[in-house]
Amino acid sequence: MNWFNAIIQGVLVGGLYAMYATGLSVSFGVMRLVNLAHGDLAVGSAFIASTFCLATGLSPFLAIFVVLPLSALVGIGLQVAVFNRVVGVDPSYQIVATFGLSIAIQNVLLQQYAANPRALNIGEFGNRSLKLVGDDVVIGLFPLSRFVVAVLVLVLLSLFIGRTRIGRAFRATSDDPDIARLMGVNIRSIYAVAFAIAVTTVALAGIFNGMQTQFSAADGPALLIYAFESVIIGGLGSLWGTLCGGIILGIAQTIGAEIDPGWKQLIGHLVFLIVLLVRPMGIFGKDELR
Amino acid sequence: MNENIEQDSGFRAPIGRRKFLALSGGGIAAAILAACSKSDSATTDTTATAETTAPATGITGGGGADGTIKIGYVSPATGPLAAFASADAFIFEGIKTFLADGLRVGGKSYKVEILSEDSESDPTKAAAKAGKLITEDGIDLMLVGNTPDTTNPVSDQCEANGVPCISSIAPWQAWFIGRGGKPGETTFNWTYHFFWGLEDIIPQFISMWSSLDTNKSVGGLFPNDGDGNVWGDTTVGFPPAVTAAGFTLTDPGRYENLNQDFTAQIAAFKKAKAEIITGVVIPPDFPTFWKQAKQQGFVPKAASIGKALLFPESIQALGKDGIGLSSEVWWSPNHPYSSSLTGASAKEVADAYTASSGAQWTQPIGFAHALFEVAIAALVAAGSTDKTAVRDAIKTMKIDTIVGTVDFTSGPIPNVAKTALCGGQWREADTPTGYDLVIVDNSLNPGVPTGGTIEPITA
Repeated sequence: MNWFNAIIQGVLVGGLYAMYATGLSVSFGVMRLVNLAHGDLAVGSAFIASTFCLATGLSPFLAIFVVLPLSALVGIGLQVAVFNRVVGVDPSYQIVATFGLSIAIQNVLLQQYAANPRALNIGEFGNRSLKLVGDDVVIGLFPLSRFVVAVLVLVLLSLFIGRTRIGRAFRATSDDPDIARLMGVNIRSIYAVAFAIAVTTVALAGIFNGMQTQFSAADGPALLIYAFESVIIGGLGSLWGTLCGGIILGIAQTIGAEIDPGWKQLIGHLVFLIVLLVRPMGIFGKDELR
Repeated sequence: MNENIEQDSGFRAPIGRRKFLALSGGGIAAAILAACSKSDSATTDTTATAETTAPATGITGGGGADGTIKIGYVSPATGPLAAFASADAFIFEGIKTFLADGLRVGGKSYKVEILSEDSESDPTKAAAKAGKLITEDGIDLMLVGNTPDTTNPVSDQCEANGVPCISSIAPWQAWFIGRGGKPGETTFNWTYHFFWGLEDIIPQFISMWSSLDTNKSVGGLFPNDGDGNVWGDTTVGFPPAVTAAGFTLTDPGRYENLNQDFTAQIAAFKKAKAEIITGVVIPPDFPTFWKQAKQQGFVPKAASIGKALLFPESIQALGKDGIGLSSEVWWSPNHPYSSSLTGASAKEVADAYTASSGAQWTQPIGFAHALFEVAIAALVAAGSTDKTAVRDAIKTMKIDTIVGTVDFTSGPIPNVAKTALCGGQWREADTPTGYDLVIVDNSLNPGVPTGGTIEPITA
């Protein structure tokens, strides 16, 4: 029973990892941008949601509808002001720019909110669960809703990329930006939309993380590693691969923890390394955004 | 960093200047704060303040300055540990105001400068900043607190450079053994520490659990970090002591910090029918564990956790789920002690902090103040600013401070003085955060009044 429960919890945690990873997957898939400030954007969004909740007394779930449009604007702003200057040039510029953004966000948050941890309080909902087999196999309502939202985001995104005109431009830009430009695609606006999507999804992940635990200004980078691993396991640029990557990582960790809590990270990282060795492009990976 | 200090001590409270001065022995000297934010090292000149409190002990004052004493102070003003340092600016103001007329040492009057540096919560930076204070600023004495990540690198720098250093707010084993000290063998020449140790917190937790009707089955959450490895150590940590007290401990093993899933631990605790949870958990991990435990139908009667439950904001972030959690208490406004400098009681200092910052009292406030008490007493006792004389004065110091008696003559090892612990439980209260840490167990420090007895956590 313990093992079965561990796998279920692993899948549910995988939803969170996938939600974190979606934005990375998009920004890498479309513009080959590795955003080191990804985790900090998540924490920043959680702080904004927390400010909204404190000011209005409304539920954090409602804060999502306020924070996400803001995040999209932030994403467009960042792309126009910062990242358009570093996309398509030497990758080391990207690393410096996104790393600098990471430090800047952390310090702005520290200035604004001091060092104390905050949380997004969802009250009793966070403690409730569906009991499948007594207390032995349970599905927490909050982790379940987080998982459902993660899947929903991916469904919407893949519809957007697969069915719309901008989505086609995404894929074209991802395949070959120069040809896309020749075909009349405005690369810069595509990049701006892509980054808006990346920031919006990671903002969602940050809010859901804030509902589960506490966050403080410096927590961003720690959230980044699982997102990277999910993307790589699933395959760079593949959205459904990212979900699978998150779930595989989640299950590997909970099973590792069931053997010994000290093995949790080890098994997760081992699975990641094995995928890198056996299938470096990731399980679902092609060199394009699907 | 200085912008932070300034921000943290924003003057929001409608309290008269004189009243505040009388309460705290500390001053709100906007001029000084402004000066603070101008220079990198927050050097301020105490003589800049025109007004001052009456010297309580006759060690201040004395007309023109015959020289300057520089006290270095390294603390994590920014970064993950910054909550520890949030009262620093308030403490500095109190000390600066108290010493506005200078300090009399060996018949001479000295101006006292506090040079504070931000470690950014990074041990490497803490060492670098300490080095700067020692070599560039030429400090006479170093003070440092706020977790081993700050105390240890700074103490090491002082030891290497022959500068007296007083530290606190880190369990003494983490400070002493963490720096390569072997009890009974190693003696540091320049670095001294006062706080409690593992041998205090373990019986404190056990005493709280013994007051509850439980099956004596304890689950341990010990992460794979410096604290977790010492707490979970099978020779010096919780396992042998808990077992010796008649409890059984289930330790599922070390886990990595910032854990997103505690299913394995919860399963192990359920299997052992644990009714008590203990451990040393970082603040973001505890809510994850606690919510998941509730989802999976596991609610122990007691949860005594180090580190995660220190600050009222952490409990506020947990909301109602935080009620009934317990933690160690090193200092509180109810401790019956007062400052050897200003005479202000623990409660007066805590109230003044809340009045000046709008924030709730935290445990580091008392210890940050006590660091300056020990430092000034050492300078006065030394009768000179000679580093060896100051060091020798610390070595033989016994002083009643706002955190209780600090006695370097009777510590567990020559470099360490111990302060006593109490046990506390978080309850709803009329405070800025809505929660307060109520002392529920004073068995190790009977002088401190309790505010109730420990109650089991209710689901």
